[in-house]
Amino acid sequence: MRRRQTPSQTVGPFFAFGLTPGQYGYSALSSIADGTMAGPDTPGRRLRLEGRVFDAGGETVPDAMVEIWQADATGRYPDGRSNTGFAGFGRCGTGTDPEHRFVFETIRPGPPGDGQAPHLNVILFMRGMPRHAFTRIYLADEAEANASDPVLSTVPPERRGTLLAAPGSRDGVYLFDIHLRGERETVFFEP
Amino acid sequence: MSDTSSRDLPGYAPFDPETQPNWVVPDYHSSASRSPGRPAIPLVQTLSELTGPVYGHGAVQPLDHDLTRNGVTDGAPLGERIIVTGQVLDEDGRAQPDTLIEIWQCNSAGRYIHTADRHDAPTDPNFFGGGRCVTDEQGRYRFITIKPAAYPWGNHPNAWRPAHIHFSLFGPAFVTRLVTQSYFPGDPLLAHDPIYMGTPVPFRDLLVMDYDPEVTEEGFALGYRFDIVLRGRRATPLED
Repeated sequence: MRRRQTPSQTVGPFFAFGLTPGQYGYSALSSIADGTMAGPDTPGRRLRLEGRVFDAGGETVPDAMVEIWQADATGRYPDGRSNTGFAGFGRCGTGTDPEHRFVFETIRPGPPGDGQAPHLNVILFMRGMPRHAFTRIYLADEAEANASDPVLSTVPPERRGTLLAAPGSRDGVYLFDIHLRGERETVFFEP
Repeated sequence: MSDTSSRDLPGYAPFDPETQPNWVVPDYHSSASRSPGRPAIPLVQTLSELTGPVYGHGAVQPLDHDLTRNGVTDGAPLGERIIVTGQVLDEDGRAQPDTLIEIWQCNSAGRYIHTADRHDAPTDPNFFGGGRCVTDEQGRYRFITIKPAAYPWGNHPNAWRPAHIHFSLFGPAFVTRLVTQSYFPGDPLLAHDPIYMGTPVPFRDLLVMDYDPEVTEEGFALGYRFDIVLRGRRATPLED
């Protein structure tokens, strides 16, 4: 029998104790994931992603939640059976950083092997958003791989830059802001 | 390199525009400034979308599913004890086993443990309000909790959210992710709630639990049933 999809509803303003309890200091529940996706023993080059979420008025959003899903350094998506300890999944709320940034400590993903450039998959949730939004983070210094990426090629050239994380001032740090509206509006996908 | 290709993995049906709310719901005021302005760009599903985080039974502690016990400091939480159970399926009716469900809610007075909740109702030292469980081989889940209450919010004058429980699910792939809220049957506040009403007619009912005497336990707790349906498979392979 065909069933109809359960409608999405906003994550609301009070998700933190349920979804990101460790990050926000709630001790009654452990966290399944947080912004620290890779440890010192995780194979691969370190990648620290920092960014903020801006609403339509250009204000920083202090109660968004960002989720990341990425391949490991070899380009393989974790299936729960590997022993590397890398789950490929991270989750970070914007409510604990003084500048309301999300911060992910991870590794650079490898190319998945299907012609795609290395990238991180993103889901954005927040109060005010009745259903979540998908986007992707590509690395600006992978210009050659990005040029032939089949998903980036579906994006109008003038908007591709919104999907590129730029190297920051320190080694391994990349900056990726998400803009919900305006001239720099981030490209969102409907997969 | 991955040892599977996207050809080996099923594609998933898109968001159902008939059941899913739009990004902007006019009466839900914050949606105007907090949602994308331009349409999303269609994306052909790749390995990145067809795989997804794996959180099985190892991610769950023994009391995580019992919110009447997992936040206790010196006694039982106040309020009406309830059981919330159901089955996680996809659109084709396939049970979704081994999928993580996370829930969070306010207490029986309408107050969240979250430090940002400023509603002038008491917290309960014996109720935390967060929990999780993993579905069994038939896709079934079961929580024991306290019935949450209505609480005021600032959307419009005298606005009150109907009692609800927040649900977060992964499903088998990155694209089957779902975050939603479940409501109680017969609540008069539903018709006044722009978040609930933002769901298209006639699919709002999919967000409402059923009272179920079969789930209700004699002398212990009222039982409610809430089935959850995730995106199904595509009818034909993407490549064809």
